Amino acid sequence: MLDIALTISLALILMAIVLNAFRLAMGPSMPDRILALDTMYVNSIALIVLMGLWLNTKTYFEAALLIAMLGFISTVAVCKYLLRGDIIE
Amino acid sequence: MTTFVILEGVISLFLIAGGAFAFIGSLGMAHLRDFYMRLHGPTKATTMGIGCTLVASMLYFGVIDSQPVVQEMLITLFLFITAPVSAHLLAKSGLHQKLPHADKTRGRPAELRSEEVGDKPVPHPTPDHQHITHERSPLPRRTAREESQDEG
Repeated sequence: MLDIALTISLALILMAIVLNAFRLAMGPSMPDRILALDTMYVNSIALIVLMGLWLNTKTYFEAALLIAMLGFISTVAVCKYLLRGDIIE
Repeated sequence: MTTFVILEGVISLFLIAGGAFAFIGSLGMAHLRDFYMRLHGPTKATTMGIGCTLVASMLYFGVIDSQPVVQEMLITLFLFITAPVSAHLLAKSGLHQKLPHADKTRGRPAELRSEEVGDKPVPHPTPDHQHITHERSPLPRRTAREESQDEG
């Protein structure tokens, strides 16, 4: 049962990442692309967690934590750049 | 034995719910028509989806290793704190760039006040404000006839 659920969840999140990539390529404006990247890193964290469940190991969760922190910081930095034309004033 | 079967069912439910929520959020982001609508999907549904996935992982490794799991707790906490902040910043940058919005949206994006943007305030939209779009024309407004056809 767990195998089937894991496969379904992996497939759904892969489709979500494909949709994010579509919006990242097509997005008409910069905030759209930032939003797509933001969603993409969140989905990649889910993918890493699912990979940890698949391989039955806890090694990769630190990588997921790192991606969460760096993704948030990069989103904030690009948003500040768009808002003020400068990151650190 | 039955406990493990029930636990497996609960973990499977959380996994599928997480995948479905993440997919629905991304679908909304890919499909909806203007930036302010697109902002809704990832900030709510995707956060919920990854929360469900992490709860499933927490349950699984909590049972397998029979010790508390710290990393998943940290990831969940961090994501749930940072998602609204990044959504707020994205909405502010969208308003700052005066992105176009679909005409059928009720109300207008709230005007930015001077204290929110510092020295150079974004001007308030006047009543006859022309909204800028990429095609240099407003997004098509649905007529009353089309709406009545949809309802019928």
